[in-house]
Amino acid sequence: MIGIINGRVYDPCNGIDGKVRDIWVKDGRIVSPAEVDRSAADIIDADGMVVMPGGVDIHSHIAGGKVNAGRKMRPDDSRGHERPSRELSQSPRVYTRSGTGRSVASTFKTAYDYVEMGYTTVMEGASPPLMARHTHEEFEDIPILDKGGYILMGNNHFIMDCIRRNEKEKARDYVAWLLGATKGFGIKIVNPGGVENFKYKQNVTDLDDKVIGFDVTPRRILETLSWINDELGLPHVPHIHGLNLGLNGNADITAETLIAMTGREAHFTHLQFMSYGGEMGKPVRSAAEVTARVVNANPNITVDVGQVVFGDTTTMTADGPVQYRLHALTGNKWFNDDVEAETGGGVTPCVYRKSNPFNAVQWLVGLELFLLIEDPWRVYLTTDHPNGGPFTCYPQVIRMLMDRDFRMQAFEGISKLARKNALLPELDREYSLYEIAIITRAGTAKRIGLDWKGHLGVGADADITVYADMEDREAMFARPRYVFKDGVLVARDGQIVCERPGQTVYVSPDYDTAIEKEVRRHIEDNYTIAFEHYAVSEKELSNGRQVACKP
Amino acid sequence: MGSQLNSEKTTAVSINDDGVTLRLKAPITLPVEAESICPDCFVGCQQSEILALPVFCGRRRKMLGDIFSVSGEASDRITVEGDLTHFKRIGQGMSRGRLTLRGDGGMHIGAYMKGGEICVEGNTRDWTGAHMTGGMIRIRGNAGHFTGAAYPGEIRGVNRGTIIVHGDVGNETGARMRRGLIVVEGHTGECTGAGMIAGSVFVFGKLGARAGAGNKRGSIVALGETAPMLPTYQYQCRAQFGFLGVYLRQIRKWGIAVSDDLLKGSFRRFSGDVTALNKGEILIHD
Repeated sequence: MIGIINGRVYDPCNGIDGKVRDIWVKDGRIVSPAEVDRSAADIIDADGMVVMPGGVDIHSHIAGGKVNAGRKMRPDDSRGHERPSRELSQSPRVYTRSGTGRSVASTFKTAYDYVEMGYTTVMEGASPPLMARHTHEEFEDIPILDKGGYILMGNNHFIMDCIRRNEKEKARDYVAWLLGATKGFGIKIVNPGGVENFKYKQNVTDLDDKVIGFDVTPRRILETLSWINDELGLPHVPHIHGLNLGLNGNADITAETLIAMTGREAHFTHLQFMSYGGEMGKPVRSAAEVTARVVNANPNITVDVGQVVFGDTTTMTADGPVQYRLHALTGNKWFNDDVEAETGGGVTPCVYRKSNPFNAVQWLVGLELFLLIEDPWRVYLTTDHPNGGPFTCYPQVIRMLMDRDFRMQAFEGISKLARKNALLPELDREYSLYEIAIITRAGTAKRIGLDWKGHLGVGADADITVYADMEDREAMFARPRYVFKDGVLVARDGQIVCERPGQTVYVSPDYDTAIEKEVRRHIEDNYTIAFEHYAVSEKELSNGRQVACKP
Repeated sequence: MGSQLNSEKTTAVSINDDGVTLRLKAPITLPVEAESICPDCFVGCQQSEILALPVFCGRRRKMLGDIFSVSGEASDRITVEGDLTHFKRIGQGMSRGRLTLRGDGGMHIGAYMKGGEICVEGNTRDWTGAHMTGGMIRIRGNAGHFTGAAYPGEIRGVNRGTIIVHGDVGNETGARMRRGLIVVEGHTGECTGAGMIAGSVFVFGKLGARAGAGNKRGSIVALGETAPMLPTYQYQCRAQFGFLGVYLRQIRKWGIAVSDDLLKGSFRRFSGDVTALNKGEILIHD
């Protein structure tokens, strides 16, 4: 039993905005004071400190094929970012694992770095179904954190075949089977149709372009998967990465895609990469206003930003054509992937420079989105780790949002071209701690569909982060005083003190088992592996937690 | 003028200094991480402090005094005696002074070196002078692979500095170097100057196969035999290059025999690598 007393609590789900409250923990859950025997409880006096639920990241690339490809192709990312093993206790002898890497850190280091920053739940942004086993194998080696993965479906041959033949019920059953077979958590759609077309050296640029060989359009893929998401009653909503990512003038198509989802629930990820103005071949400019306006007008849409942070990082996405273009542009090394009948992908290193007008505009777009989208419950903090920058830069982004002077100081340092006519200096908004708590845990947990996380109400998981209330918000959020996971102190003063396994959340919706016969034929005809070897069984997850669907 | 005098004075002090001598107590075959054997570490240290400097011997942390007997103190002139084949990272990141190895050296000698001079009287192993940005390394014997190269995954390697090897070198000498000079008196292995961005490599012995693969703007000068050239290099002209005389006279001063024949000789110029920028060159002495 633990009591965290006298702290100023920020618990937006329960409307608590900086009030002094005592939090009581028993058996890994938050309990009411009546259930606790205070004399037997460990009391932590959080007087003058800030208490929040543990951080919840809605979109981050931490495990799976792409991340591992990044690790393999970037030994230079490890150099100077070594984390030695450290003794946690003498008897029994327990050590943390050593690890390396910054933008593509090894599994254990990823977990430790997240936890030491006060995060306790992280969702892997994109896992190809065929790579699900790899993703789960890596999850097994990402301790402490709770995690889950979104499964890529926007370019799946089986689904596109069903759509062509107007058999959306069959597509629904397949998606249900696929989620269960991959132990995934939700539907991820990346450049629908475009990744398939890239296999023919082409792409899609419009919602009504044709997907080669399937006679379907990105619009129909989006509509069908969104309908399936509703039908199956998945905890999360469709997680969408739209068309033309990273291209000048893509804000228009992004706005069109957002409008196409009117009346449906949807999450648009890393909106920063999708909100550029200007034309191809001309200087890029920010069009955050355009996309933010549409988001503000559609209460069923949520977004995460994918803020760019200046410095060296590794970009990776299932959007193969984007990575090819970036490789051609920078001359940096490039990994390309064709995941059989499902999706594609690419990895290439990238350096975001203040002096580069394009990079500087990307940085501006992210911050402008944060400041222009009015409802903090619908905009979430991410850097699309590692695409915009490593997650370890979150504290820096938080300070940018909370401190206008700090933001403007950084603004003065970026490319002159990008500063010209920029909107950012006109935006005076500063985030409060309450709003930061929403965009980093309360809002994200709610949107992912993890009702027992992201708040400190009775019955919630006792994932709690206690920060020293410092004026320098970057330092404050970089090194929390205490981090509890399931009621166990896992990090103190920004250092891991206890390692324990985390959970993997997944869904397993019901479906008509008649589909299995057809899926078997599909896999046997088109895949390099047998149907029997495709599905990830429950036994392979040492600490899985099935989340119920509500059809 | 005043500052110039001052700098001469400081140089004079270190020349008069007897320096620090380390003598290996017993041969070691375990790999030793010895980045503490570096003038920058020794210069402010009394003998007791030098004895206590850390080294990793295998997986055990030891003190320099456990492995070496030490004479002298507080100097940036170091002499090490003994077989240091298994000692890694000696002189890593050094910025001043002089480090002399009376014997063989191990891997990564002078990696990330910024200034000063390293002289090895025997052979060294791989990664000699990797990523150096200044100073001079002289190897009397042979050096291993990746001499003056970039570490795996790194886009840019050596940026200024000089490496002279009186013997042979292994593969990928000067890979991805950006500036600087590497002089090899003996033969080179394969892929000399692979992915060079710029800089110069002079080879007096046989230039190995696939030299200059992916070379952008670098110059590789072959003064002896050459293995067959890559097909991505194109013959351009035969000429006498004035700048080569400047280099070769300096190299002669460094103690490598440069015949008058070479100084006056004409060279065939091949440009490449056409798969990269095609602004690099291989100059072959006739």
